[in-house]
Parts: sequence; structure tokens; C-alpha cells
Amino acid sequence: MSSIEVGGRSYETDEEGYLIDLSEWNPEVGNYLAQTESVEMTDQHWEVVNFLREYFEEYQIAPAVRVLTKAIGKKLGADKGTSEYLYGLFPYGPGKQACKIAGLPKPTGCV
Amino acid sequence: MLHIINRSPLSDIALESCLNTAVGGDVLLIEDAVYAATAGNAFEGKLRAAMGRFKISVLRPDLEARGMADRLIEGATFVDYAGFVELVAANKTCQSWL
Amino acid sequence: MSDVKKFMFVNRKAPYGTIYALESLEVVLITAAFDQDVSLVFMDDGVFQMKKGQQTKGIEIKNFSPAYRALDGYDVEKLYVDKESMDARGLTEDDLLVDVTVLSRAEMGALMDEQDVILSF
Repeated sequence: MSSIEVGGRSYETDEEGYLIDLSEWNPEVGNYLAQTESVEMTDQHWEVVNFLREYFEEYQIAPAVRVLTKAIGKKLGADKGTSEYLYGLFPYGPGKQACKIAGLPKPTGCV
Repeated sequence: MLHIINRSPLSDIALESCLNTAVGGDVLLIEDAVYAATAGNAFEGKLRAAMGRFKISVLRPDLEARGMADRLIEGATFVDYAGFVELVAANKTCQSWL
Repeated sequence: MSDVKKFMFVNRKAPYGTIYALESLEVVLITAAFDQDVSLVFMDDGVFQMKKGQQTKGIEIKNFSPAYRALDGYDVEKLYVDKESMDARGLTEDDLLVDVTVLSRAEMGALMDEQDVILSF
């Protein structure tokens, strides 16, 4: 078990840096996790991260990239529902990076 | 299709569900499921009734291990481990009823 | 695609009492990523997996039932429930989390016979 220090508080993470308790998440923690992934957060990034949090809230799973891409296209517009767009924002994989920033576990089936 | 069952029908409904659901084919009884094919057990009647649609095989080492090898009911067939493999190879699909 | 196989997942265990239901769900979600023809069957105590209104706070186990509603997004649309199992447990289609196709034992058997791979949980 590891932990990160954000705003004077300590948060538990797994060995890969995913937040253990997603209820502890806040945007400040999201920003910190983004830094560890070398992702500069913009409104477009937050749009995806917030979408992931809503998705998890509803289904209790982190979506596979293919499913995320399709769902983003439906919710935020077809131009954003492409892997080019999502990988542009999260170069090491929207599943891995965006889920981590959103405080979600790693998507099932994502190794 | 080959159906593999490993639980006693007296404590688990896997075998009964299999016989009620599947269209037919091979049934292989292993581990605790072998009791289903022994004379006098409460499930014997249901197994006999299904013999028209299913070919029933019983893994002999499992029945021997349980001291019941002398009670195999008529119409069921012993197989050894090689016979188990042959059954798997002879069927296009195989379902293990957990 | 010529290498698409018909996969059927047969769920026969109640949720939470054992790990089978959750394991099955995870395998289904992974399999769905490979663009296979996936069917899910719920029979015997497996029909309890589909029950609406699961609240697991008190047993401190994750409630994974909302994930069945996500299956549609994974293009897993073939959900079959055995009528006899449902009847025997006092359940009707209205009790279930998602829309399913209700089948008789005979119809279920015929469907099993069409599969290339059957995984039982």
C-alpha cells in the first residue's frame, strides 16, 4: 500500500497509484494524480474525467476503452467519441490515465 | 455436447438442471456426482428416466474411491481417465455444470 | 469475421454467497472486448443475480448488480432467463434489473446446443 500527500492530507493508493477509496476523491486530488501522469488538465480533460465518475457512479465499473469511446460520442458529441481524441488527451490510454485521475479503479480487462 | 457434473444430486441440483435443460448427448459423472449412478440412491429414478436422451458415463476411479464401484446401475458405463479424454475429444462442445 | 464464436455464460449461483457471480461478470466484460457473440443465461439460483434493489452496504461487499445495466453499452444484449427457475423463486420479469428474454427449459436447451463455447459459473 502506498499513499500520496495532497493539500496536507494523505490518501491511500495501490502500488500503481490508483486511489483506494474513490469517495475521498476531490478535484485537487485529480490534479495531483494528473501531474503524476504528466497530464496537463484542460476543460476537455475534465469533461472526460467527470464523465468517467458519472459512469462509475451509475454502473459501479470503469468502462473498457471501446465502451468509453462510444459513450463519450453519445454524450459529448461524435467528434469526441474517437480514440484519436481520447488518446490525444491521455496519451498512455484513456482507460488507465483518465480512470486514475478520476479516482476510479483500473478498468476490468485492462492489463 | 458433453455435460460434466461433479456434485452429488442429493445435495445440489446441477445434475437435475442439466437433465431437464439439455437436449441430450453425453453426461459424464465425476467426483461426488458419481453417487447419482449407484443403485438405491434417491436420484436413481430420475437418472434412469433420462437415459433415453443421454448416454451416462461414470468415472470409475471416483466411484472406486468412494467404495461404491460395485453398485453402478445398469445402463451407465464406466470410463477411465483415457475415456474421459475420448469423450471430450468426441464432442464439439463441453459444459461443466458447476 | 470468421473467428467470431458463440460464447454462452451459464450463471447458476446466487450473488454474494460465493464469488461465482462476480467472476462470471468480470469474464463477460473481458470477453465482450473481443467482439465475440456473447449470450448470458441465468438459471437456478443464478436468477437472483438479476434481482432489482440489491443493497449490500450491510454486508460490506461491493454491489455489482448495477454493472448488468452496463452490458448494453458493451454490446452484450443476449440475456436469457429460465422461466421455471424464476417461477420457483417467486420472481417475475418485473423483479429483474434489465430486460431479458424468458425461455422455457426446452428453448434453453436448444440454445445451448447452438453454442461453440459454454462457460458455467
